[in-house]
Amino acid sequence: MFATAAAAILVALVLAVTRAVKGPTVFDRVLAANSVGTLAILLLAVFGFLTRRPEFLDIGLTYALLNIIGTLAVLKFFRHGDLAYDVDEERKP
Amino acid sequence: MTGFLVEALSWALILAGAFFTIVGALGLMRMPELFTRMHAASITDTLGATLLILGMMLQAGASLVALKLLFILLLFFATGPVVTHALAQSALHARVEPELAEDRRARAAEPPGDGRQP
Repeated sequence: MFATAAAAILVALVLAVTRAVKGPTVFDRVLAANSVGTLAILLLAVFGFLTRRPEFLDIGLTYALLNIIGTLAVLKFFRHGDLAYDVDEERKP
Repeated sequence: MTGFLVEALSWALILAGAFFTIVGALGLMRMPELFTRMHAASITDTLGATLLILGMMLQAGASLVALKLLFILLLFFATGPVVTHALAQSALHARVEPELAEDRRARAAEPPGDGRQP
């Protein structure tokens, strides 16, 4: 049963990576990268059960936290062109 | 008997989770433009992840592993909408327009044309 789930997640990973490579816009790539992160966490959890050692879920938790921070940082960079942008600067015409 | 029921239920949950994970990834691959792709990717983030993690929690029983799985699930629930919202806002800010069958934005801006204005 866990082998089936792991195979399904691997297929989904291949599809998400294909979308990240094809992409047309950068936002498609960000979306695909976020999906790859989600699928990697699920794969970690399923693989832990598959090898009967489900103790290393902490890696999945850490990866989930890093995933959201990375995605938001990339989005902020592409929106403002800078990670430490100045709000007053944007209001100027 | 109870053990068998829990086993069967976790089987069903994990297989359904695997199915919805693939459905979400197929949508991510096949949908025509960004906003419909976001719609499809959210299936993986919500239904797929929830069903898989619930099935694994049933397998783990009442233990620390189940608690960690619950934390991962709650983290998904918190971060999924935030990331989707930020992505949509950022895409609209960069003038990525959704493909519309019918553009109703102009119609919503003008007042209703039935002559009954106060």
